[in-house]
Amino acid sequence: MNLVLMVWRQENARTVGHMQRIEAKDISPDMSFLEMLDVVNQRLTVAGQSPITFDHDCREGICGSCGVVINGVPHGPQPGTTTCQLHMRHFRDGQVVVIEPFRARAFPVIRDLMIDRSAFDRVIAAGGFITSPTGSAPDGNAMLVSKGAADAAMDAAACIGCGACVAACPNASAMLFVGAKVSHLGLLPQGRPERWSRVHAMVAAMDAEGFGGCTNYLECTAVCPKNVSPDFIGRLNRDLIGAVFLARPRVASTEAG
Amino acid sequence: MFGLIPFFRSTIGKKVLMAVSGVLLFAFCVEHVTGALLFLKGPGAINGYGRLLHYSAALIWFFRAGLIVAAVVHVTFATLLYFQELAARPVGYRNRRYLRASYAARTMKYSGPFLLAFVIFHLAHLTWGYNVVPGPFIAGDIYANMLNGFRTGWVALVYVGAVSLLGLHLLHGTHSMFESLGLRHRRVESLLFGFARVAALAISVGLALAPAAVFLRMIGG
Repeated sequence: MNLVLMVWRQENARTVGHMQRIEAKDISPDMSFLEMLDVVNQRLTVAGQSPITFDHDCREGICGSCGVVINGVPHGPQPGTTTCQLHMRHFRDGQVVVIEPFRARAFPVIRDLMIDRSAFDRVIAAGGFITSPTGSAPDGNAMLVSKGAADAAMDAAACIGCGACVAACPNASAMLFVGAKVSHLGLLPQGRPERWSRVHAMVAAMDAEGFGGCTNYLECTAVCPKNVSPDFIGRLNRDLIGAVFLARPRVASTEAG
Repeated sequence: MFGLIPFFRSTIGKKVLMAVSGVLLFAFCVEHVTGALLFLKGPGAINGYGRLLHYSAALIWFFRAGLIVAAVVHVTFATLLYFQELAARPVGYRNRRYLRASYAARTMKYSGPFLLAFVIFHLAHLTWGYNVVPGPFIAGDIYANMLNGFRTGWVALVYVGAVSLLGLHLLHGTHSMFESLGLRHRRVESLLFGFARVAALAISVGLALAPAAVFLRMIGG
């Protein structure tokens, strides 16, 4: 199949980018989207032009490295699928495919389609951890987790941190990502001790990165390759409200004894 | 740890303030529909209702103060969030396709300012009695003032248009305010959406009946 790519080209974070028209001929419908870009890049390199820079790592839909906006939708037209797992059979022969990087102030473009997602790392570093004794392995069944909590935590933990939720949100909000991370740990007994401090720290970090607010468009969940539920945004709101209005202040000196 | 001030400066805290003020403004809309429907019953009903509201100056100013605070908070934090959202994506997409965002949700930032402008016009028309519409204003005779105003075609159209816009605003706002307060859950989602649809339709139709009836000469000849 033959495609016409309209690709965002940008030398580096300081330069102004532009759309470039690139013909992609003889593309196999069995290729993944990234393999199609590999083929295009090989031809560009042979022709002496600079290849399209894009992020990728595992190419099996679990690492969260890849992700571009394809025809106006992050990760492209196939629901619940990362860009690397999207195959060219979902496109028509002769179709114009517009490829842009994820757009947000917190995700500056490094080059072409590659963005800097360190903002997510800083949000994780702010509260995405638990306190756990090191040493011997804990006894099995010493800490009971209800089936409902285990399932919900697992659903939240499915988030791979790709940033498509931010890219899709008209406000460039990171609420689905932060909601998933706060819920994943807060639902489990191992994460309970830091439940209130975690939501404080992660929301403060999220705001410091310059993400927008949630206005309940639900675009995030529509493009999420792991179908993370917007219920976790509700839980994030509840947790922060709870942390402010319900949590007792923790004073280290009195709790130490 | 967050205190109250940092909480209300956080993105989530701002949305909580939008939601709480939204709940109060929503409650006022419901109350306002009952008032507007009394117009259809006749001059005695609506003017009596007006006298009841003004029975105690302290009481009416208590409610007015609450409404003014809710409106100021709602508009202020909507503006702050709007600029935060603008700043959050300095470079936009060349090609953008929405999958789930409803028309009502995407137009909140437009319907909001229009509604604010209408509220000022509406207050000037029927509360302050400024000469924004043709004809005299009689203090205390709500029925005559409404009838007189809505007899002018463009005034009736402005009112019907504005309450339709209010319906659109409420269609998204009525479930969004619950979600901002953390009440989103798949078990209540369809209930909230259903409630939002019914409430938005009922409020906008309820408020549109009076100007529409006068415009169509079904009331007042």
